[in-house]
Amino acid sequence: MKTYYNPEDLKKFGNIGEFEPNLAKKFFDYYGEVFKEGALTAREKSLIALAVAHAVQCPYCIDAYTVDTMEKGCDEQQVMEAVHVAAAIKGGALLVHSVQMMNKFKELSM
Amino acid sequence: MKSLKVQQHPLSPAQRQIETLEQSAFTPFAEKLDLIGLLPLKPTHLDIFQINMGKMCNQVCKHCHVDAGPDRKEIMTRDMMELCLIAIRKTSVTTIDLTGGAPEMNPDFRWFVEELSALGKKIIVRCNLTIIVANPKYNDLPDFFKKHQIEVVSSLPYFTAIKTDSQRGEGVFEKSIKALKMLNEVGYGIEGSNLIINLVYNPAGAFLPAAQHALELEFKLKLWKQYGIVFNSLFAITNIPVNRFLNYLITSNNYEGYMEKLVNAFNPGAAAGVMCRNTISVSWDGYLYDCDFNQMLELNVSTPLSRHLSDFNTEILENRNIVVNEHCYGCTAGAGSSCGGTTV
Repeated sequence: MKTYYNPEDLKKFGNIGEFEPNLAKKFFDYYGEVFKEGALTAREKSLIALAVAHAVQCPYCIDAYTVDTMEKGCDEQQVMEAVHVAAAIKGGALLVHSVQMMNKFKELSM
Repeated sequence: MKSLKVQQHPLSPAQRQIETLEQSAFTPFAEKLDLIGLLPLKPTHLDIFQINMGKMCNQVCKHCHVDAGPDRKEIMTRDMMELCLIAIRKTSVTTIDLTGGAPEMNPDFRWFVEELSALGKKIIVRCNLTIIVANPKYNDLPDFFKKHQIEVVSSLPYFTAIKTDSQRGEGVFEKSIKALKMLNEVGYGIEGSNLIINLVYNPAGAFLPAAQHALELEFKLKLWKQYGIVFNSLFAITNIPVNRFLNYLITSNNYEGYMEKLVNAFNPGAAAGVMCRNTISVSWDGYLYDCDFNQMLELNVSTPLSRHLSDFNTEILENRNIVVNEHCYGCTAGAGSSCGGTTV
């Protein structure tokens, strides 16, 4: 192993069943159901997946869902707006913790 | 930008492109067809007579499988058009599909359309839109199309300038919008007019097209809201690795990945419905091919007995074996692809 992440490994995702087939099958069945057209379109789900991929900083997911959103007709502006949604939530999640910091700061201050 | 041919680009010769396609490490297309019982691939019936009127075009699109452009001078003569008319009369085709290049740039285009119109067949013109506004002599094309009840099929890769221009050239989007408004003004795309304008989407890069129906809805919404433009249907077409698109794939290091994507997306249903089964493609110099892509790769129809308009024989052509090669994976991927959009 030369690197922790190898783009070729993305194609081997399905191989996780090699060590535990039953759970892998359940996962992939669930995965397939989740991404089907439903109350949300497949395109909307793909954009959500792309945003989450950035939030969890998964290079495999970013690779896969960049291609997937392109193949669902999204353009540069749309995919970047989705990433900004993830960034706003990540940033907001951090900043809202500053209320805790402020509470503690005030608690210990005269 | 010059055409590959005029650049004397190493990939320009058809044989070099075929060698590139055949050197790939994936399962040969013919083997895939054999596995599902479709080899040899046979025509179903001859329904569409597609004529490539020449390689001359006012645009130089980055993905063009014809390698068309202003520097290409190969165009169909009136004599060859006469042979087309004779051949068409021998068939029961329902549709004449005129393509190029920009077919409207052929000096005998209007004469030919008038002759075809008299045959009472459905006529499609693959119009690149910008030709309508390229020169005042083309400004009346919408009226001419209307007069002959021509179905217009036009490429518009996206509803934004940045994506359209990146594929089709600087300023193409703005001119296309202007031309679409001119077509709408004479009734094209307007409900109840019976004047059909269909748009063609193809990906601006090395990826597969989105679902046709979803794209159509989005295009209709965006073009109406932003420009007040209406159209009938959207055809989602896969880019085929021939000529400039093949060159783009190779120079951008996307060739292997794109071919792998096409091969993995092979759909037996799409294979059964490929357009070459009901189409014959005619080149500017009168030779016959199974499709426009085979024409660009100089893969003539397999039968030696009806290779040219001068020896056109419907019965022989309807019993020919269709010539396939690795670029055919483009028409069988996913929902399939044809000149009329998805096939599944």
